[in-house]
Amino acid sequence: MDNINAGDTSWILVSCALVLMMTPGLALFYGGMARKKNVLSTLTLSVIFMALVGVQWVLYGYSLSFGQDIGGIIGGLNFVGLKGVGAAPNPDYAKTIPHSLFAAFQMMFAVITPALITGAFVERVRFKSFLLFSLLWVTLVYDPLCHWVWGKGGWLGAMGCLDFAGGTVVHIAAGYSALAFALVIGPRRGFGHSPMEPHNIPLTVLGTGLLWVGWFGFNAGSALAANGVAVNALLSTNTSAAAAALVWMLLSWLDGRPSLLGIATGMVVGLAAVTPAAGFITPMAAMVLGAVAAPLSYYAIRFRQNRSLDESMDVWACHGMASTWGMVATGLFATMEVNGAGANGLFNGNPSQLLLQLLGIVVTIAFTFGMTFVIAKLLDWSIGLRVSNMEEEVGLDISAHGERAYL
Amino acid sequence: MLKKIEAIIREDKINDVKDALRDLGIVGLNAFEIRGHGRQGGIKLAGRSGTYQVDMLPKIQVNIVLSEHNLEETIEAILKSAYTGETGDGLIFVYPVEEVIRIRTRERGHEAVMYPGDIDERKGLAKISAS
Repeated sequence: MDNINAGDTSWILVSCALVLMMTPGLALFYGGMARKKNVLSTLTLSVIFMALVGVQWVLYGYSLSFGQDIGGIIGGLNFVGLKGVGAAPNPDYAKTIPHSLFAAFQMMFAVITPALITGAFVERVRFKSFLLFSLLWVTLVYDPLCHWVWGKGGWLGAMGCLDFAGGTVVHIAAGYSALAFALVIGPRRGFGHSPMEPHNIPLTVLGTGLLWVGWFGFNAGSALAANGVAVNALLSTNTSAAAAALVWMLLSWLDGRPSLLGIATGMVVGLAAVTPAAGFITPMAAMVLGAVAAPLSYYAIRFRQNRSLDESMDVWACHGMASTWGMVATGLFATMEVNGAGANGLFNGNPSQLLLQLLGIVVTIAFTFGMTFVIAKLLDWSIGLRVSNMEEEVGLDISAHGERAYL
Repeated sequence: MLKKIEAIIREDKINDVKDALRDLGIVGLNAFEIRGHGRQGGIKLAGRSGTYQVDMLPKIQVNIVLSEHNLEETIEAILKSAYTGETGDGLIFVYPVEEVIRIRTRERGHEAVMYPGDIDERKGLAKISAS
């Protein structure tokens, strides 16, 4: 108990709150882009995870992710009910903060990750099927993947694949799961015929603000200490988001006008892209990272649109693609000068790190896309993923929740 | 003989039109926001990646019920005040009105659409008290 550092503990407590705030932030980000008959439904799909994973994580999610390693694949059941997860630090994860605080901080990541996926299937998903999917997904996809990358003994982390704050576990996982789910559930009625405009861009911008602020907890908090690595992560995070937003603004301008929705999207893309790299690269490298992420996601959206695929809020393009690049960039720009506990990347004389990063990307994509596709298909085949045509026409706010957002 | 004017105008012209009608002495009117499509076609809006076409544009529809002898002046006032010269200035429709009944007083027809200080009072055609 003597090892507990008050500064570290305070910072991670604050980071917990910041990361929690990202989930309602994300709800607003998506809610603004929905049509007004579906805004409450869209908000629900995100914020419900504060409740659902808030219970699942304490019951068994933390244990599956961070419990006693079983073959590098999954955590054991020794932390079920957070048994034995108390004030004493767990040196496997964070030497200077209570083990229970580490568990709480990690919970917030497990809350927001499945919420990210919901952008793929808003405005048409059946709530009951969605809840079941979500519980299966966090249990069968998130918890194992989290263990592989961050759990003590997890095989990907043990190989040396670097993922500072969740490029694989959070963003690639959410992005490719979103893509798989969108392929299974199919497009919204009228998709491609009517423009399906965002009904309230101010909500989206408000959500973007909450996300950016929350991301400081997400990335800088992932240092698990109040130290130089945390500050570097915060600066890299901010720089990447700023660069991506500027580049997105220019791309949007070249195509017509400097769209605010575009600028906000660029910010989130920059944040998602830098997530795996934040604690390993310099702010200048983060500027390059963010600037490259923007066109990548911008044209990934275009590609998705041209394929007439209704991955409604571009989780794949904005999170999956951005963080895939972020993982590659980690393998390029990582430097031990920033983080002695990390590694050097290709540009610092260590080409093998790039291969490890590519391995992490391929494994995450294959596992999350495949598992999500199978879970979604099984649910679609058994209980059905979609609401009826009439329920979709009326809008899910009224047909699923019996409420209206605006009078 | 009573007529109804339905004027479809630009959103940002509603105050000009309202002021012009008030100056003329057209007191009673209502207006609502509509969406529509005409010669103007649609506009391009900026999305997350590139632009998209919006076909239904917001306009305002002004409804006025008035006596036939005031019709041409009123139409002229709307034509002047709603005009920009660009496509999308709108349209004016005129219909015959079967009957008008004021709920409070049960007045019918011409009587029902008279107001203190209105165009007819100014012309000396009618005089009603504000009470």
